[in-house]
Amino acid sequence: MSKDVIMPQMGESLAEGTITKWLKKVGDKIERDEPLFEISTDKVDAEIPAPASGTLSEIVAGEGETVPVNAVVARIAGEGEAPAAVAKTEAPKAEAPVRTEAPAKPRAAAKPEPRPAATAIREPEAPRPAAPRGDGQTKLEKPYGQYPVDELRRVRSSPVVRKIAAEHGVDIAEVQGHGISGRVTKRDIIDYIETAPSPAPKTAPATAPPPFIPAGAPMPAGGLFIPDLRIPPYVEGEPVELEPMTIMRKKIAEHMVYSMSVSAHVTSFFDVDFEAVARQRESMKRDLAEKGIKLTFMPFVVRAVVEGLKKYPYLNAAVMGDKIVFKKEINVGIAVALEDGKGLIVPVIRNADEKNLQGLARSINDLGERARTKKLMPDDVLRGTFSITNPGVFGGLMGTPIINQPQVAILGVGAIEKRPVVVNDAIAIRHRAYLSLSYDHRLVDGAMAEMFMASVKQFIEAGNVQ
Amino acid sequence: MSTTETIKKEGRDAEAKTETTYLEAIRQALFEEMERDERVILIGEDIGSYGGAFGVSLGLMERFGPERVLETPICETGFTGAACGAAMMGFRPVVEFQFLDFISCAFDMITNFAATSRYRTGMGVPMVVRGPCGGGVRGGPFHSQNPEAFFFNTPGLKIVAPSTAYDAKGLMKAAIRDDDPVIFLEHKFLYRRVKEVLPADDFVVPIGKGIVRRAGDDVTLITYGGMMARSLEAAEAVAKDGISVEVIDLRSILPFDLDLILESVKKTSKAMIVHEATMTGGAGAEFAARITEHAFEYLDGPVLRVASQDTPVPYSPPLEDFFMPNPDIIANAARKLAAY
Repeated sequence: MSKDVIMPQMGESLAEGTITKWLKKVGDKIERDEPLFEISTDKVDAEIPAPASGTLSEIVAGEGETVPVNAVVARIAGEGEAPAAVAKTEAPKAEAPVRTEAPAKPRAAAKPEPRPAATAIREPEAPRPAAPRGDGQTKLEKPYGQYPVDELRRVRSSPVVRKIAAEHGVDIAEVQGHGISGRVTKRDIIDYIETAPSPAPKTAPATAPPPFIPAGAPMPAGGLFIPDLRIPPYVEGEPVELEPMTIMRKKIAEHMVYSMSVSAHVTSFFDVDFEAVARQRESMKRDLAEKGIKLTFMPFVVRAVVEGLKKYPYLNAAVMGDKIVFKKEINVGIAVALEDGKGLIVPVIRNADEKNLQGLARSINDLGERARTKKLMPDDVLRGTFSITNPGVFGGLMGTPIINQPQVAILGVGAIEKRPVVVNDAIAIRHRAYLSLSYDHRLVDGAMAEMFMASVKQFIEAGNVQ
Repeated sequence: MSTTETIKKEGRDAEAKTETTYLEAIRQALFEEMERDERVILIGEDIGSYGGAFGVSLGLMERFGPERVLETPICETGFTGAACGAAMMGFRPVVEFQFLDFISCAFDMITNFAATSRYRTGMGVPMVVRGPCGGGVRGGPFHSQNPEAFFFNTPGLKIVAPSTAYDAKGLMKAAIRDDDPVIFLEHKFLYRRVKEVLPADDFVVPIGKGIVRRAGDDVTLITYGGMMARSLEAAEAVAKDGISVEVIDLRSILPFDLDLILESVKKTSKAMIVHEATMTGGAGAEFAARITEHAFEYLDGPVLRVASQDTPVPYSPPLEDFFMPNPDIIANAARKLAAY
């Protein structure tokens, strides 16, 4: 069997390492623990021993390449086993997210790379994060502090780029960046100015105007194969209508992409029996209705979640650099859909651990009502420590929710419906639902997430919720 | 042939293309300055017949006598104070510390007395404080330090740190001829490893002037002393990736050649500083601050620093290797900055 060789973690704060030297060639016989390759990281340079004996069958990450910790950098074929075919060695390295840190392109090669003319990527009415200004600077709509650093790098770049942009009246947002986070480097803007056609080339015959192609979203810096890949949202001539996003839409869009980029999302599913809870709900419904409280399944789920969070505080936490922020309060956010599925808000039940079932039901009614009638106060959506979303409202069986930052986990509740299930070796009809937990694997390991979910399941299935 | 004749011969051997080590270059400078100017005296521990811990003053007592090569007990604050007094009485003392780690014992004499003398009395203290600094020789916490940051914040002092035999000789002459106190950092790792053919004539390397050791367009690397050769090695390594690094050897840490730094940074738009002294509060912090103050509009990336870890210098060889910048670490920082 072939054995993967991975980039080791050479320090707890390190996420990547650079291979500086391969000490063996493909086809070489190697002994376990024999030095195989050398790496260099922010902290340490080290010689890495072979994890197994055999033949080095493939080198996935070459010298000079920087790869994430645990990425496969080579494969060792077991003793007596034929090394992988040469063709495999040459195959695209799609399996490991390999990134080349060094800008291998020599300066001369970078120059002739044709750049789209400024006019070719102009985007008319479509909303843009930044509007061009006469001084070449890119105007920001909100204070710096509210932008993720990646975006600031793209639209603000660096002092020298801003100075050159101002001198030439270039909007930095128009320039294709090749630096970190797609940042526009000094070389980028100089190349842009040198290759961009001078304004109003009057001598040129009036040929057809440059084709109008809307710009697509940029890939994260240093894409997999094509660093500058942009997929336009529509092609020329395609009938479309442009509508500016609402502020809420923009915020949701930003938050979702941000969340996916900062958290290592993993989702686990549990099939949970709601029969006991369904019976309890039936028996309490009328009494509570007289008090003006509509009893849904949600308060039961929140109670179960609160108990789970008490046992597993890692799910009631946040990540701050290399520190874990444990939240002392258990504040559970519940996603509420607005206006026919356009928009979403997550009001928060403060100190949910201090409320009983009835108190939770009242809070959920109140927050949901005020969310739909837009009467929430800013305070109502702050300081959540865990969120619950309810994809089952319209019958969805399960979902893979995106974590509500800076939290580290979110529970999705699928449709609660009667299903035939095996109970004590007999087929029974039971209220069942799939619960899904998306969690941030940076902080929460699979075992802990599963234990949390098992606790939630056990609590719900036990019934008699107080 | 006596030792002094050997020194003389070595000093004149340039035509014969004999290579002179960094250590010998310092000895030649001391010899030639003592010959040129009878006010030049040496003071320190074991510097007489033993020639000093590393042999820098070997043969000098034989040639110039115990009146000009003064051996003292182990008392840094005492012999540094004596040198200050001698300097104020018209001598030009060169004070040797067996290891510059022990310069802290004489801190008061240097910072409070010598450095402020011109301001307080109108009289300079033309004294050179010299000795071996730096790590990489498994010397541990008391025999490996780079103490420049202690003195960098003291107006009235000059600090030089040569990286080549030529500069070691030329800067020593400049330091002895200077009318104010100069701290002369000799990197002990370079003593016998660095050598070159020196010109036969009496040359001086001016204090405060840096030099471009390697021209480049993409990144300006500012360094001095023991890190110069390692920085050149790193620059060579990243050149294979198409990254062109300009290496500036400051030679003088205080005052430092800001004009040379700014000229280069304005060209490359990216700057990194490499020094062997520990990071926090090191001289590199000052260089970085000056670059952002004076060349902000030219910057196309953060000013990076590569320095030793903020710990005492470890004894353990693997730990010391981890502690100090090496060409790989420097090269990686350069790659990061170039790709920024």
